[in-house]
Amino acid sequence: MPQVKVIVTLKPSLLDAQGRVVKDALQNMGYSDVEQVRIGKYMELQVEGEGAELDAKVKEMCERLLVNPVIENYRYEVIG
Amino acid sequence: MTGSKTLERVNVNTGKRPKFAIVRFPGSNCDQDAFHVVQDALHCPVEYVWHQDKSLKGFDVVIVPGGFSYGDYLRCGAVARFSNIMDAVINHANSGRYVFGVCNGFQILCEAHLLPGALVRNRDCKFLCQYVHLRVENAGTPYSSAYSDGQVIRVPIAHGEGCYIAEPETLRQLEAHNRVVFRYADARGNVTPESNPNGSLNNIAGIANKAYNVVGMMPHPERACDKMLGSKDGLGLFSSLVQTIILKKM
Repeated sequence: MPQVKVIVTLKPSLLDAQGRVVKDALQNMGYSDVEQVRIGKYMELQVEGEGAELDAKVKEMCERLLVNPVIENYRYEVIG
Repeated sequence: MTGSKTLERVNVNTGKRPKFAIVRFPGSNCDQDAFHVVQDALHCPVEYVWHQDKSLKGFDVVIVPGGFSYGDYLRCGAVARFSNIMDAVINHANSGRYVFGVCNGFQILCEAHLLPGALVRNRDCKFLCQYVHLRVENAGTPYSSAYSDGQVIRVPIAHGEGCYIAEPETLRQLEAHNRVVFRYADARGNVTPESNPNGSLNNIAGIANKAYNVVGMMPHPERACDKMLGSKDGLGLFSSLVQTIILKKM
């Protein structure tokens, strides 16, 4: 069964409060080269289907539930 | 608190009392507070409705309460939005009846697209549990008619993801049509960056849909309906609704 890897990221225009805290922590640890951290989500789905039909299904699932288009962008890849 | 207008203008003996539904999801935790206010402060009939139910027939008002529905998994409100009952909630709203979302309920209504925008992690990444002051921005809605424009009320907040954001065009529409009902302010009613607890755009604490029959807000008016609990300022919101509905039915 194909595996679908979905990556959800906060829109670049939005302040990522979590990312900022993690960036500050990294800098405090001495990693002063870190200029920005953005935190997103990674999901693995096992989905029946193939080709355009599978693409359409994944897009629909992303847009209806997995992603909130007001605040997030997404991309995905199908493996197998 | 400013303004001396009484918050309890509803005569309990007038007309037919509106019937309230309180939707319960796994993880709701402000359902009993809302129930108590409707039953004991408003003297209106009220029932819990389970998220797996499909009907809201006979109800005038639906309250989507606060809590952590479905453990806030994925995004706050994202999973609850697809519960069985939500089709009925959406139909209820689209037919012009009243839907009020508090805290997680507000998040659910945004996820369901009954209200625009989204609620994201607080600016300082902290869960905030404290009293705030709100300025009533539009006392002309069914949810705020017991208040006056510019009145300051004191109610609690309790959220980790309460930072309201929206696309610039959405924000412009909200402001242009007075759909911002409550804004975070200081005790004197000044809307300042310091009085904004969570980083919400334009200090937005609560908004209405285009028809003003759906309102969502992060603060908890249902926890501020009894002096004994620290504030009674939230009661005006509920009594506004009751009065609006009674007047409509007369």
